[in-house]
Amino acid sequence: MKFFTITDRPISIEEVVHKVIRPEAGAVTTFIGTVRELTNGKRTLFLQYEAYVSMAEKMLAQIGTEIKERWPEAEVAITHRIGRLEISDIAVVIAVSTPHRKDAYEANRYAIERIKQIVPIWKKEYWEDGTEWVGNQLETKAYPTGKPEGEDVV
Amino acid sequence: MITLLFFAYLKETIGKERLQLGISAMTVKELKQHLASDYGLDLQHVMVAVNEEYAADDRVLQAGDIVAFIPPVSGG
Repeated sequence: MKFFTITDRPISIEEVVHKVIRPEAGAVTTFIGTVRELTNGKRTLFLQYEAYVSMAEKMLAQIGTEIKERWPEAEVAITHRIGRLEISDIAVVIAVSTPHRKDAYEANRYAIERIKQIVPIWKKEYWEDGTEWVGNQLETKAYPTGKPEGEDVV
Repeated sequence: MITLLFFAYLKETIGKERLQLGISAMTVKELKQHLASDYGLDLQHVMVAVNEEYAADDRVLQAGDIVAFIPPVSGG
């Protein structure tokens, strides 16, 4: 079973959750990232996600390793979708199971924040009046000139 | 020979997702400077992965390496 996966197919939440369910677990948290229609008043028509698939799966697995260092009893599964996604489609599902709920919430939050830092996946917004690659993890800015500038550079 | 991979806006700007370069002992930083001048790109803040692991600017490239240019990521 693959716990850390990039797919170009719709994600089954149930399938990701089942990967982490086990007798030791008393809590399972899921994070489900969906495609938002409005960002700062601007209407998204659809998104295109692209990934460096082989490396992205490795980085997802690395996040799993980091979580086990911090929450040794956690089990983690992450699936991220790429390709064209419509409004409300599921882009990412993170499932974490732990013996107790606090760790499951914290570890799940850790996973999504790390995805936005280190996993080579990019999204392109298709607006009514154009397209833009989203260029930073805050999802608030893009690079109309095609490259990061000024305060945006990481 | 090394293989270069481009993603997102870099792929669109360069018009290719893959380039082959015949180079001898060059650092990541030198490669970035070389590409920046050839394609008029600002790569200063683009991360680089060598063979699927993030690499620092002083990493020395070797024949057979796969070098990926990684713009700020926006998954999730």
